[in-house]
Amino acid sequence: MRLADTLQFAFGSLRGSPARTLLMILAMSIGVAAVVILTALGEGARRYVINQFSSLGTNLVIVLPGRTETAGIGPGMLIGQVPREITLEDAQALLRSTAIKRIAVLTIGSASLSLDALNREVVVLGSTHDLLDVRHMSMGVGSFLPSGDIHDTASVCVLGKKIKQELFGNMQAVGAWVRLGDRRFRVIGVMASQGESMGFNTDEIVTIPVASAHQLFNTSGLFRILIEARGRDYVEQAKHDAETILFQRHNGEKDVTVITQDAVLGTFDRILTALTMAVGGIASISLAVAGVLIMNVMLIAVAQRVKEIGLLKALGAPPKQIRTIFFAEAALLSSIGSVAGLVLGYAGSMLIGYLYPTLPVSPPWWAVIAACGTALVTGILFSVWPARRAAKLDAVTALAGR
Amino acid sequence: MIELQNVNRSFTVGDQKVLALRDINLRLGDGEYLSIMGPSGSGKSTMLNLLGLLDRPSTGDYLLDGGNVTELSDEQQARVRSEKIGFVFQSFHLVPRLSAEQNIELPMMLAGIPVDERKQRVAKLIDSYGLNDRADHRPDQLSGGQRQRVAIARATVMNPAVLLADEPTGNLDSTTGWEVLRLLEQLTERGITLVIVTHDAEIGARAQRQIHMLDGRIVSDEARSNATS
Repeated sequence: MRLADTLQFAFGSLRGSPARTLLMILAMSIGVAAVVILTALGEGARRYVINQFSSLGTNLVIVLPGRTETAGIGPGMLIGQVPREITLEDAQALLRSTAIKRIAVLTIGSASLSLDALNREVVVLGSTHDLLDVRHMSMGVGSFLPSGDIHDTASVCVLGKKIKQELFGNMQAVGAWVRLGDRRFRVIGVMASQGESMGFNTDEIVTIPVASAHQLFNTSGLFRILIEARGRDYVEQAKHDAETILFQRHNGEKDVTVITQDAVLGTFDRILTALTMAVGGIASISLAVAGVLIMNVMLIAVAQRVKEIGLLKALGAPPKQIRTIFFAEAALLSSIGSVAGLVLGYAGSMLIGYLYPTLPVSPPWWAVIAACGTALVTGILFSVWPARRAAKLDAVTALAGR
Repeated sequence: MIELQNVNRSFTVGDQKVLALRDINLRLGDGEYLSIMGPSGSGKSTMLNLLGLLDRPSTGDYLLDGGNVTELSDEQQARVRSEKIGFVFQSFHLVPRLSAEQNIELPMMLAGIPVDERKQRVAKLIDSYGLNDRADHRPDQLSGGQRQRVAIARATVMNPAVLLADEPTGNLDSTTGWEVLRLLEQLTERGITLVIVTHDAEIGARAQRQIHMLDGRIVSDEARSNATS
């Protein structure tokens, strides 16, 4: 029997019982669609996090105060000692390393911002001029914090795009005076809109010089130091240098944590890829269920078509040919189901992408191939038994319909 | 040329052994017209199934065109069925979802004959059996006589040496039954060996050679009493 004839014959018998066929295709396609959509979500989450991290800047090394020990509770914790804070001098000392191109210090707090009768709470970021380059931010109007002495407590501020809109509307903001906490600041610039990144919505932040922030919040420590290494190859050296410098300055105590952006990125990448695969694996269980369904329905089909099978035998079809016909039916079902599932899955992914535009939803290619492959293999595998059963039928009893 | 030598066929029903065929010896020449008659349970259907290679004898040999087909594997027997044997059934056994044309085409499709040749042969048969306006009808849109004509066309499309008919007129009214029978008889003129199983004595009497069976044995084997040839 020719392949084209086999397929045509199988297709004919599938069309002969449309309800059965449609149900099986539905089961298969739901399985495939589940794998496609769930892995697309997992992949979307992975890309989202990685984009967020990448948008922080390039070749970043981050210094944060305190140190998480995996060896248990340190003595400092028991006597209520807080980790030594990172000072502006510490930050400046980092620039001695040749691997470090520039740094941006961060202090964070919240204060009420008011202009005449308008008033709101805002997140205040204390930083320096270099933050603009380290974080790859861009200005809308005016200029960013002045470069110069890190200890300069100039009363200038840069507004986020949204805050500017709320306070000033369409009026000119640069040059105006606003009140931040108990001090007056002159607006020297407005940031361009850049949306959210790593939980910070830069559109809703007011940036002031770090020394002014220390005065405003009455602190002297830094929340973070962002270090930009000279290049990709210098990241490890920059990390090492930062650790050494701070170790020396803190009297031989390792009380800061230095992480590289790549390490964090890599960790997230691994975790989220594993998550995507796990979710895909769970979804593929539904494919196995669909396979069992195909087997079940195939067995019923064999029972229903006993006479036809007997006839085919009488007309000279060898057992192998009868098996092939049933395999062809299973393969057709699985492939139609896969295609329908892919269409459904991609449509679902696009719908999610439409509903949550920030999530870059797209099914990974390996999941698509795996889903279709699993569908085909389970479909054919689970039809082995029914097909063998059909081929083994005794022609005489089959023709008698017993 | 068909030859059965000392053929026995036994079935086990429950814990009892039932002999459906006992010591059958039979020779059939090409183009012979044979009817097998007998009451139900006499073994005539078993005999037909054996002749059609749908069943194997428990002991004894079956020679078809000089070759022993008893020992062939399932695959080989299927091939012999495809090439040499045609079946006509009482209940037609047409595939309900296929048109008359496609039903006739089925054995050629299974044998892997090219499409062009299939179409030609089907068209010829459709024409000679007067099914022209019914070619694309499905079996449920055909009358009983038309269905059996489609079945005969399907049985002969591979040009078999032997045509086995099991009560071919059993589901038809008498007029249509006679028409179908005449159609089958015409085939013997082309050298096809025709074996008809029936319990209708009137139909059986038309065959040149008539066999009566009882309890698995051939009790009489005679030529037509009013033979004209």
